[in-house]
Amino acid sequence: MHTDQKRDIRFDEQTMETVRKIIKRYPEGKHKSALIPILHIAQAEFDGWLSPEVMDYVAEILNIQSIEVYEVASFYSMFNLKPVGKCLIEVCRTSSCWLRGAEDVVRHIEKKLHISVGETTSDGMFTLKTVECLGSCGTAPMMQVGADYYENLTLDKVDELLDQWKSEGKRSRYC
Amino acid sequence: MGKKLLLEHVDVPGINTLSVYRQKGGYRALEKALRTMTPEAIVEEVKVSGLRGRGGAGFPTGMKWSFLAKPEGVPRYVVCNADESEPGTFKDRYLMEKIPHLLIEGMIVSSFALGAKTSFIYIRGEYFYVARILEAAIAEAYEAGLLGKNILNSGFDHDCYVQIGAGAYICGEETALLESLEGKRGNPRIKPPFPAVAGLYSCPTVVNNVETIAAVVPIVNDGGAAYAAVGIGKSTGTKLISASGHIKKPGVYEIELGVPVEEFIYSDEYCGGILGDRKLKAVVAGGSSVPILPADLILKTAAGEPRLMSYESLADGGFASGTMLGSGGFIVMDETSSIVKNLYTFTRFYHHESCGQCSPCREGTGWMEKILHRILDGDGTMKDIDLLWDIQSKIEGKTICPLGDAAAWPVASAIRHFRAEFEEYVRKGHSIKDVKHYYTTQGLPEPAYS
Ligand SMILES: Cc1cc2nc3c(=O)[nH]c(=O)nc-3n(C[C@H](O)[C@H](O)[C@H](O)COP(=O)(O)O)c2cc1C
Ligand code: SF4
Ligand code: FES
Repeated sequence: MHTDQKRDIRFDEQTMETVRKIIKRYPEGKHKSALIPILHIAQAEFDGWLSPEVMDYVAEILNIQSIEVYEVASFYSMFNLKPVGKCLIEVCRTSSCWLRGAEDVVRHIEKKLHISVGETTSDGMFTLKTVECLGSCGTAPMMQVGADYYENLTLDKVDELLDQWKSEGKRSRYC
Repeated sequence: MGKKLLLEHVDVPGINTLSVYRQKGGYRALEKALRTMTPEAIVEEVKVSGLRGRGGAGFPTGMKWSFLAKPEGVPRYVVCNADESEPGTFKDRYLMEKIPHLLIEGMIVSSFALGAKTSFIYIRGEYFYVARILEAAIAEAYEAGLLGKNILNSGFDHDCYVQIGAGAYICGEETALLESLEGKRGNPRIKPPFPAVAGLYSCPTVVNNVETIAAVVPIVNDGGAAYAAVGIGKSTGTKLISASGHIKKPGVYEIELGVPVEEFIYSDEYCGGILGDRKLKAVVAGGSSVPILPADLILKTAAGEPRLMSYESLADGGFASGTMLGSGGFIVMDETSSIVKNLYTFTRFYHHESCGQCSPCREGTGWMEKILHRILDGDGTMKDIDLLWDIQSKIEGKTICPLGDAAAWPVASAIRHFRAEFEEYVRKGHSIKDVKHYYTTQGLPEPAYS
């Protein structure tokens, strides 16, 4: 994990350009509408989670109070307020996926990675979470890794993916 | 084969691109609207079509549009609800991914009809890749002069943006969606005022579902009367159904409203029957929020009439013996499925997704989750079943937004129709722990609960 790494929390010029474009979509004075899109970009840029420093930086860009950023970031489940592994695995646990074996998928990953739901492997590679319906019920069971969907899962397919990701040191892609 | 008004060209290679979409007649509705119709005439056609909101509530779209306030000098907004988070629902994703231009065209035509210079498509954050597809389609539309200034030389200017959410079911509720679009927590607003009067940035706003907005395209192309001629009674037109669970062919099906439920489940044109040819046990017909029905009541009404896929027929018998079309999330459970466990996944979902503003919803959903967990663990009592009933009855109708009702109805209906199964869980006590409540992913499923 990269928590101890002191990094310069700043978007590069290209990202800043994207951010400025997003802010321009909204009417004069309504730039707070850009908050959620910018938080997504910040999460993608800074190791997949939003540290207080990152949120303060976003507040500064939008010229709003830090607390306004914290209260929004803490409301939405896609924003990680704690560090996550390089590869964030989110398995859907809702009805349609459960009916097609999602619990087996979760247990299988837990066993294989020696972690429980909510935990990160000791090498900082994988974090496992369960999430609610991701609109993939017809291709259940499914999981999302970063922004990518993996559907019609079988335990063999999960094995193959995990082995591959481990060997290539996959980092989830966020947006 | 039923008539297809939205997905007719879904399998045409390249239909996601502007050029192929136009070859197949795309943007004809926009040309017709801008060149030959007044905004009022479009609203009138939508009224005549009988189109009802496809997001879940089924409110007549033409009527909603006619409520839009039009004060001088105040901008109006059209917002597309692409939050699609109702468990069991994945049709909007399919439509946007496959035919993004159908939605974009619908957005421009609707915005012209409503006098909106700006529109937003609010899409759930997890659909990142779909947002990218929409953005690519929007870029193509700008390039071709279908968006931006003076569209097709009509003098109509319009900008359309994709706004991404961040994982919150409640942001599908229209006022929570608007809060989120304003960069805030997704707490539903107290209504009135309705969005039609004070919506986005306190300006008059129409919020419609993806499928509703897409349906405006065939309505403008062929006229409201032609649309109304499809379907049955007040359930006009076609509906996208997301079919999942224990069926041979899960997927998104465009049906003419009025198809018999039995045909939908068993015919090869649709779900293709139950997985492993096992027996049907229950169906949740319209997304997690609607009442669950046992096999006999989903196939036939209490009066013994064949049940149809329509707003009226699915609701026949009220909550005593009927359900709702809702979002069209059709979840099928075979004889081995545990109703109690299924309900637990729903209740856990609502507890997780409650925004926390109203105590009956915030606390009640948590209590119900806990009790169901206890019953599944074999520690439940008969009194727990009554307690569940009691709690759900005290949430329904007592909250700011309908999420409270949506959490209560699955509990009420599961107990109403499957009380014996809850009792069996209680009677079996700890031995229930040895029962697998779920399928294996490998090959033949194991019976979960008998
Ligand atoms: C908790 C909750 C979640 C909802 N989720 C959605 C959704 O994901 N998509 C949607 O179109 N409508 C959803 N709705 C309905 C919207 O509030 C609104 O009625 C709808 O977007 C109106 O569009 P329509 O008339 O075209 O259906 C939800 C409602 C509630 C109470
Ligand atoms: S009913 Fe639930 S989700 Fe809706 S406003 Fe109240 S607490 Fe929030
Ligand atoms: S229930 Fe898992 S994606 Fe819908």
